[in-house]
Amino acid sequence: MTTVLRPHAEDQYADELALLAKGDERPRPPGWKLSPWAVTTYLLGDPDHPGGPITPKYIGPRRIVEVAVATLATDRALLLLGVPGTAKTWLSEHLAAAISGDSTLLVQGTAGTAEEAVRYGWNYARLLAEGPSREALTPSPVMRAMAEGRLARVEELTRMPSDVQDALITVLSEKTLPIPELNLEVQAAKGFNVIATANDRDRGVNELSSALRRRFNTVVLPVPASAEEEVDIVSRRVSQLGRALELPETPAGLDEIRRVVTVFRELRDGVTADGRTKVKSPSGTLSTAEAISVLTSGIALAAHFGDGVLRASDVAAGIVGAVVQDPVSDRVVWQEYLETVVREREDWRDFYRACRDAG
Amino acid sequence: MTSTAPAAMRAEPRRANALRVSAGGREAGLTVLGIRHHGPGSARAVRDELARLVPDLVLIEGPPEADALVPLAADPDMEPPVALLAHVPGDPSRAAFWPFAGFSPEWQALQYAARAGIPARFCDLPAAHSLAIRPDSAQHPDSAQHPDSAQHPDSAQHPDSAQHPDSAQHPDSAQHPDSAQHPDSAEQPEPAEAPESAEGSELPERPELSERPELSERPELAEEPDTRSGIRVDPIGALAEAAGYDDPERWWEDAVEHRGDTPFEVIAEAMAAVRDGHTPDLYESQREAYMRRTIRAAVKEGFTEIAVVCGAWHVPALTEPGTVVADTQLLKGLPKVKAELTWVPWTHGRLASWSGYGAGITSPGWYGHLFEHQDRPIERWLTRAAHTLREEGLPVSSAHVIEAVRLAHSLALLRGRPLAGLAEVTEAARAVLCEGDELPVELIQRRLVVGERLGQVPDSTPMVPLQRHLRDEQRRLRLKPEALARVHDLDLRKPLDLERSRLLHRLLVIGIPWGERRETSGKGTFKESWSLEWRPEFDVALIEAAAWGVTVPAAAVARIRERAEDPAGPALADLTGLLEQTLLADLADALPPLLRAIGDRAALDHDVRRLMAALPALVRAERYGDVRGTPAAGLRSIITSLLARSCAGLSPAVTGLDDDTAREMLVQIDAVTSAVALLGDPNEPGKPSDPGVSGEAVAPGEAGSGVSGEAVAPGEAGSGVSGEAVAPGEAGSGVPGEAVAPGEAGSGVSGEAVAPGEAGSGVPGEAVAPGEADEVVAPGEAGSGVSDGAVAPGEAGFGVSGEAVAPGKARSGGSGEAAAIPRDRWFAALRGVADRSDVPGLIEGRLVRILFDAEVIDDADARMSRALSLGHPPARVASWVEGFLSGGGLLLVHDARLLAMVDDWLTGLSPEAFVDVLPLLRRTFGAFAPPERRSIGNRIASGAPARTETTYDEGQAAGAVRTVLAILGRAR
Repeated sequence: MTTVLRPHAEDQYADELALLAKGDERPRPPGWKLSPWAVTTYLLGDPDHPGGPITPKYIGPRRIVEVAVATLATDRALLLLGVPGTAKTWLSEHLAAAISGDSTLLVQGTAGTAEEAVRYGWNYARLLAEGPSREALTPSPVMRAMAEGRLARVEELTRMPSDVQDALITVLSEKTLPIPELNLEVQAAKGFNVIATANDRDRGVNELSSALRRRFNTVVLPVPASAEEEVDIVSRRVSQLGRALELPETPAGLDEIRRVVTVFRELRDGVTADGRTKVKSPSGTLSTAEAISVLTSGIALAAHFGDGVLRASDVAAGIVGAVVQDPVSDRVVWQEYLETVVREREDWRDFYRACRDAG
Repeated sequence: MTSTAPAAMRAEPRRANALRVSAGGREAGLTVLGIRHHGPGSARAVRDELARLVPDLVLIEGPPEADALVPLAADPDMEPPVALLAHVPGDPSRAAFWPFAGFSPEWQALQYAARAGIPARFCDLPAAHSLAIRPDSAQHPDSAQHPDSAQHPDSAQHPDSAQHPDSAQHPDSAQHPDSAQHPDSAEQPEPAEAPESAEGSELPERPELSERPELSERPELAEEPDTRSGIRVDPIGALAEAAGYDDPERWWEDAVEHRGDTPFEVIAEAMAAVRDGHTPDLYESQREAYMRRTIRAAVKEGFTEIAVVCGAWHVPALTEPGTVVADTQLLKGLPKVKAELTWVPWTHGRLASWSGYGAGITSPGWYGHLFEHQDRPIERWLTRAAHTLREEGLPVSSAHVIEAVRLAHSLALLRGRPLAGLAEVTEAARAVLCEGDELPVELIQRRLVVGERLGQVPDSTPMVPLQRHLRDEQRRLRLKPEALARVHDLDLRKPLDLERSRLLHRLLVIGIPWGERRETSGKGTFKESWSLEWRPEFDVALIEAAAWGVTVPAAAVARIRERAEDPAGPALADLTGLLEQTLLADLADALPPLLRAIGDRAALDHDVRRLMAALPALVRAERYGDVRGTPAAGLRSIITSLLARSCAGLSPAVTGLDDDTAREMLVQIDAVTSAVALLGDPNEPGKPSDPGVSGEAVAPGEAGSGVSGEAVAPGEAGSGVSGEAVAPGEAGSGVPGEAVAPGEAGSGVSGEAVAPGEAGSGVPGEAVAPGEADEVVAPGEAGSGVSDGAVAPGEAGFGVSGEAVAPGKARSGGSGEAAAIPRDRWFAALRGVADRSDVPGLIEGRLVRILFDAEVIDDADARMSRALSLGHPPARVASWVEGFLSGGGLLLVHDARLLAMVDDWLTGLSPEAFVDVLPLLRRTFGAFAPPERRSIGNRIASGAPARTETTYDEGQAAGAVRTVLAILGRAR
């Protein structure tokens, strides 16, 4: 077993990628490791694949994956929009892994991201010693992706300052990155493209300029459509994470998972699953990703401090922490939910008590 | 013919869909073109195939009674989508539609025949039978009771095709359409075994659907097919599954629609395989037998090359040699009704199941596009989408369109489809043109994919007179029926707009909600906002309404009369609502029976609350009638009578009420109070005050126009009143006044207020009945004589009534002249109630407040202190306070005396009593606006509220007052 905490997608699923590549007879766009059909199969999974089952990476509408793959095949950049926790980053990582075999060319957008992260920087020691030269240049991930014909990923595009965002415009429209200092330019090799993710819920972000926006095809990732789908996603990820973190084997408490998903969905939608009771929504997004992390930490608790079985008390603390982001208003929301909804449910007694204890 | 024909139709197959048939000693070539209803691919194929075959007769699936209507299809004024409407005169519930869009194969066949100058005929079971067989469309898809038929005919051909194509193309279709489509399939009667027959099966089913859709009013019908679906298997689904498609619609699209040519022979073979082993149900057999019979008749007539356009499902049945005897047997003794057929305009929306029902076509706009533009359809489509978005001000550049086209193509490639379908272009539009935003996608759906379009039929189409009249009116008033809802703002001060408004109101009365009233911004009563959306079923409603009259107003009057005279008819409040509508629609002829009905109903109704509920609508009608110039003559007398009855009944009605009913009562009292305020403003001579009003009431008998003229011209009415001046107005006023008044006038207050009410009501009742006018007038004069004697001569009639009604005013003396009588009468009644001691606290408090606000009483503080005194249980006091303070706490802010009283009472409560009344107080004060609560709190906090009189410096205020008066139009 590897000692890496979280292997890259292309390493973790190397066997599946190899399997798909072997049987892939369809035409591949230049620079692609797999044909678009194989990429779609890789993402959506195929239990009946002739070489062996392919696990689904993205559980959700098929059309989303198809549009994403088709977009990248047209050399248009792809913008994945969605509230936090809708698997934007996850999807972009797997797309990059399947198409380029490399998901590491990543620019993380933050308020402090500088233009060097998108274009290039300088190795100042060499710059001083040798003067401007190609060797003194420190290429950004985007520049490397262009030169090698791979996919570059830009995370949280809207968190970057606007001027840094706009540095992408030339890259996306001209497919070239000029280096005026050397009177050179890097032209993108075939296969280069950009996948950006952005979260459309945060306030105080830097909206994309329409010039940049128009260079992206936009795909909005939805929250899981049904409770069953969400339970499926959560249980799948929880068991994967458990294995990766080498947590002691804990019986997969599907009931507990269902409960957490139910709580999250009800609070997110503002109405109980049976549609009868209105509840307030807290300020947090309560995404599927948060449900996964609540359960993973619950399993860790159960494994190390509990009796090895995931119980209500193991998830209670995590769930309270996830819901109550704003200590004042969210606490009211949570208490109300606890007293009006959770308490009424016969088979949720243990959970109710555990949540009361947890705060 | 069958009897004379040889025993069998002999057929020698040439190809699966073409053969030679002989009948009656003649022989002809027969080609059966199996199509998908409303399939653009099929339509193109039919067009090309007909051009190749050069037939001398085209037979189309549809009711043969429509043969006479075929020439209209070639009329230049005919514009699809249109539908054949079959209906049974006198039984509007039995109707069926056969819709045709421009891209329907049947329509193309009709057009071909017209161009080529050859006859086209319909060959399905006559509507006379299909309407008779399936009276409920709901139940029988085929006969589609109506719809079916509509569809059947089609459906056989159309519906299926229609549905498929759509579905095929639209992923969406999957979302909505599917249902449409599936159900159909489901419906198909036994196709279960022959799933492939998809088309065939679809037909039957679809027809049902389509029928239902058409009968938009009965969606339930539409659903029926679904229930039946369980019986049958989806034939298209089987074919598609065999081809490896998970979505049957998409299969159809790929396999047939997008191939550019429809291999009719292949379809015929596939259908033969699908139908193998399928036993058609009786109705289906009858239809097919009739089609065969029509073919034989055509052969006998001497046609040599016959092309039949029908739903693919029927192809095997038409190419197999049936026997004349068997067919005759099947068609023997079919039930029959009298059916009439005509063309009616249809809409794309009705073809779509987008709105819930339709012919199962989810994307008529897209189909129409595919049919019209074979050249680069994707590019053209996305360009149109971009135009649509630009019209709404969304920035979409050509670069967007280019990228969207590329994405649509690569998506189609990725999905392994020969041509990008609706699913792909929609995805492309969403990701590129709309940048992931769902709202613009919806816009494209509505404007383009469904593509609202309303067909048009030529003037020479058979129509009922009512339809023709409405058509003329629409032209005259320049109101074009359109399928997409559109807002019209009418300014009733303009004659054209006024007429438009009347037309729309009249249609509403008939039951044709072409226009829907919208809230207008602004308060002017001269503005009306309508949202106009023409729906095809309105034509059915028009035909139904034709029994009531030949013009829109005549039908509307007859309709109102019918409702008003129905003894088991609507309740009083509904009648007054109807009256309001009648006035809006300017249907003066309907007024007398309606007013009589209201008068009768009011006289018999003992429940004063119902009377009170009816009053506000009447008052609005009366007032609004003025604005619109509607002669509201007669209305006043009813109002007067209703008010009088209400006044009379009020006192007993407020006795023994529990909390909840008291609260309801209060709402009605408030409503009447505000209605009464509309009735006349004493400060405004322009408004007919009571005398003028009663003048009107009297008038109708005498001369409608003359009277109302006076009433409207406020100056006269007013002056007449005060000055004793003119004749008729006063005489009139004298009448009700007398009846009500003199006896009670003296005694004044509440007790008598009741009595006059009754008297009053009797009189106007007469006044209403025009026949009695003479009598009414006469007593009026006599009355005025009396009153003269009784009262000061100068005040004449109105003086009398003034006294009788308004004791408050009478007391205050001379002010009586300007008093608005109904108002005073009402306040007198209220005061009578308020003076009683056994009224619920809530009501009493509220009444005191109303009277206080109206300055009818000036002893509010005394009454309050009485009500707050310790003699009353705290709960009653609290509800008194609630009633008194309801509607805002400003009073407490400004009237220090009252505040002090409330404060004293509150602080004087014992702790127990305080706890008891706390909820009530909370409710009262909780309703105040926060700033009011704050001000009250501040006042209390700033120390014991001083009982100071506020003094006004009139000189200082004069400027402001003048300005305000000028704004209000009352500058002196």
